[in-house]
Amino acid sequence: MIEIIIIVLLIFMLIGSIICLETKDLLSSIISITSVGYFGSVIFLLIGAPDIAITQMVVEVLSLIILIRATIRMDLTTIEEDRDFFGLIGTLALIFVFFILGMEAIRYLPKFGTPSFTLNLQAPSNRYLMNGLKETGAVNIVTSIILDYRGYDTLGEATILFTSILGALAILRVYARKRKEK
Amino acid sequence: MIYYLCFVLFLIGLYGVTCKKNIVKIILGLCIMEYSVNLFLILLGYRKNGIPPIINKGMEINEFYNKAVDPLPQALVLTSIVIGLGILSLMVAIAIRLYQRYGTFDITEMKKLKG
Repeated sequence: MIEIIIIVLLIFMLIGSIICLETKDLLSSIISITSVGYFGSVIFLLIGAPDIAITQMVVEVLSLIILIRATIRMDLTTIEEDRDFFGLIGTLALIFVFFILGMEAIRYLPKFGTPSFTLNLQAPSNRYLMNGLKETGAVNIVTSIILDYRGYDTLGEATILFTSILGALAILRVYARKRKEK
Repeated sequence: MIYYLCFVLFLIGLYGVTCKKNIVKIILGLCIMEYSVNLFLILLGYRKNGIPPIINKGMEINEFYNKAVDPLPQALVLTSIVIGLGILSLMVAIAIRLYQRYGTFDITEMKKLKG
């Protein structure tokens, strides 16, 4: 039952992403990519990942604001798409080869519904699930992983976020260039 | 079936990155690829009739162990989503700067970028 719901939502995501890439107006393409993200958030909620669903929701709203800031002042929102024919054919052939290889690779994955930590007893998820409450005191195992077992990852994540926002501010500022012109 | 649909979503993002001329469309294609990869990693950890990895009150630890979905991909994808927001803001900043420099979003018009 839940697989059918996931498949329907994934088909909606595919339709939304095709509309996003093929429409002429940039504002409507940004809104349709946000709808793709919200469908993804619903899927996360259905398959037992409420933390990811909440985070995805917040990130969607923030990225919608950022992308609208990028396009709202720009008067030229449509671009004539006359691509050279052979380049397009070559790229589509490359994507098709990639498609075939990916189809082969997916056949070797475990079936949907049996995660790999149940097949391999050495996997770290077993320990996190069995001893997570005893060792860290957190009821939510995801929280105990990101803040306790793998706290250095979270530190690195905060560093990357800080660095990227510093980079964006350094690119966008106009202050230094004015001083150089004097 | 679900994995295949996820992979097709990734390929649509790849098509957007490689075939589009508008730089905003390229950024959106990268966003679609990111969504599909995150979704694929979470779907790998799904267990049939599984519950979220949160221990309810009065639940036996063995019963929880036999029913919960995989918590490790969820923790790593949480990091990945937040990093995706940072990457997006950096790309949008570069796109705004290029628009101010060249007056267009079309990547074929940006002649001085050619090496």
